[in-house]
Amino acid sequence: MESKPAPAPFAPWEDAAAHPLIRFEGVTKRFGDFTAVSDLNLKIYPREFFALLGPSGCGKTTLMRMLAGFETPTEGTIWLDGQNIAPVPPNKRPVNMMFQSYALFPHLSVWDNIAFGLRRAGKDKETVRARVEEMLRLTRLDQFARRKPHQISGGQRQRVALARSLALGPKLLLLDEPLGALDKKLRQDTQFELMDIQEKTGTTFVIVTHDQEEAMTVASRVAVMDAGRLCQVDTPQHIYETPNSRYVADFIGEVSIIEGRVAALGEEAEIAYAEGARPIVTRTGGAALEPGQSVFYAIRPEKIWVGAAPHPDRINSVEGTIVDIGYLGDVSTYHVRLDTGQMVKALMTNAERYAASRFTWNDRVWLSWSRHAGVVLAS
Amino acid sequence: MNPRRLVLIAAPYAWLLALFMVPFLIVLKISLSDTAVAIPPYAPTFDLSAGWAGIREFFGGLDFENFIWLTEDDLYWKSYLSSMKIAAVATFLTLLAGYPVAYAMSRAKPEWRPTLMMLIILPFWSSALIRVYAWIGILQSEGYLNQLLLWSGVIDTPLSILNTQVAVYIGIVYTYLPFMILPIYASLEKMDESLLEAAEDLGCTRITAFWRVTFPLSKPGIIAGCFLVFIPSLGEFVIPSILGGSQTLMIGKVLWEEFFSNRDWPVASAVAVVLLLILVIPIVLFQRNEERNA
Ligand SMILES: Nc1ncnc2c1ncn2[C@@H]1O[C@H](COP(=O)(O)OP(=O)(O)O)[C@@H](O)[C@H]1O
Ligand SMILES: [Mg+2]
Repeated sequence: MESKPAPAPFAPWEDAAAHPLIRFEGVTKRFGDFTAVSDLNLKIYPREFFALLGPSGCGKTTLMRMLAGFETPTEGTIWLDGQNIAPVPPNKRPVNMMFQSYALFPHLSVWDNIAFGLRRAGKDKETVRARVEEMLRLTRLDQFARRKPHQISGGQRQRVALARSLALGPKLLLLDEPLGALDKKLRQDTQFELMDIQEKTGTTFVIVTHDQEEAMTVASRVAVMDAGRLCQVDTPQHIYETPNSRYVADFIGEVSIIEGRVAALGEEAEIAYAEGARPIVTRTGGAALEPGQSVFYAIRPEKIWVGAAPHPDRINSVEGTIVDIGYLGDVSTYHVRLDTGQMVKALMTNAERYAASRFTWNDRVWLSWSRHAGVVLAS
Repeated sequence: MNPRRLVLIAAPYAWLLALFMVPFLIVLKISLSDTAVAIPPYAPTFDLSAGWAGIREFFGGLDFENFIWLTEDDLYWKSYLSSMKIAAVATFLTLLAGYPVAYAMSRAKPEWRPTLMMLIILPFWSSALIRVYAWIGILQSEGYLNQLLLWSGVIDTPLSILNTQVAVYIGIVYTYLPFMILPIYASLEKMDESLLEAAEDLGCTRITAFWRVTFPLSKPGIIAGCFLVFIPSLGEFVIPSILGGSQTLMIGKVLWEEFFSNRDWPVASAVAVVLLLILVIPIVLFQRNEERNA
């Protein structure tokens, strides 16, 4: 039997020869003396689903608006397909934006909202009709075509906004917190719909969100922002497993952070975190460390095994007391106070019914983890 | 229904009844009467002391003579037509002058808006009569306007603007401009700025974005403003008498002359009733149309 070759993983950012669709080069944006975006360098490749993640006010919308043409960078250059877009007005850019407020035209029906851009582009009637109907089908809005925006629900409005911004077939689609107004279930469904639509249309998506789960679900790469700067740009997996700072580690998912000092350094490092406690043994993952340097050891809850005795195969084992248990059905989170005082979170799946009742409040437990489980962070 | 609610609902109706319906019924009654050399100068008058017979006689004395008279002398329908033309053109000119002002106000920095609003309303603090009179000084042959134009060499003989319809247009536009600006401003001010960005994002230039988005969304303000200007200018009396001269025919002037020169109250009242009908019918039709579209 002949087996198909596995498709090459989609990772143009690892290919030095790949041409980025967008390149930010030293871009700074100031409003008065407030710096909203500061000296930003970034490449986004064709067909990427790129997520900008960060707390409110960190400059995500500003970044988007510079791409759409509503703000001009104070310093630096933005290149789109190798062309400096500074002189190109918003209505001439092959970029469309889905606004945070949706910005649907209240005086036009759903149909006319979607047709708006096509008509401005001078498409003939038949083309407009076909394209609008295609968009209505894609976003499952057929029944609502004749309604006005105030006559449909929030989720439907969101889909109209998406259909309208996709109708022109842009090279780049900007989505500013597109799912912010939706409830959780609808949000999750819509995330998969978005991925599906992105794949079908082959459009490059840049999505803004402050929901880390959303960014992880949809994106090929995630940029974590803080106060106008990029903290880390990487695949969801790398961001999660090898964050480059406490900020990123903390922003994405659950993490326990133990403050310590590099006690010994070889192929592996030993991190001393308390008087008399055995240092944590860990791989350094190539981080430049010096003996005696103070560092942070970050470890995710699911990497820690909880047991009545030390796990025989794991190099790190410490004893502590359970102070809190969060039972979520599929998993349980244990908040454990180590005898040295640090709080550590550990996650166990409830593979068997009532297994969770194995440990309870104030039980003494052993936490064990391997040398690959955590990362050492300098900042 | 509890009494508080009843009062709350009844109050506006009582207001309407006292300030609109009662005066209107009185005018309607006079329009159906005949002139008489008496005080008041019409007959019959209502006389309750005569009992039933008096009331019967009273209603017997009413007829449509005066309305028929309005159709017989072509002065009246010519005046109505001329008034409508002048009011329509003046309303359109007021819209042309007022829209850019309202637009500029809505685009101004928020902290400036109350001040600008104040400036628009400020002229109301002095008497309208005086402000219209002041235009005589500006428009007459030796007035400021002609002096300025002669001095700058644009013309070499003075323009005669005063006592023409042009002066009437200027007067109406000047007097009613705030009534056009304020409703348009109100509709523009609440418009979401991101709609214009969305329009631009979808390929509009600034100008097409205006025509496709801003303008349609300000339509309710435009319509309200046009009504607020058209209705009072249709019956306008002061401006045409002061600025329009003898050649400007307007129904307000006719009305005034019937009342005060001819002392023919019944015909004057008939003129007023017809004027009201001319205004009410399109408003009602328009309202019904709006309700159907909403
Ligand atoms: N037009 C503007 N004028 C002044 N400050 C602005 C303007 N637009 C954004 N800002 C400021 O820039 C910062 C970043 O804003 P924004 O990009 O909207 O953040 P985010 O979308 O990440 O929540 C905020 O502190 C905001 O107050
Ligand atoms: Mg934002």
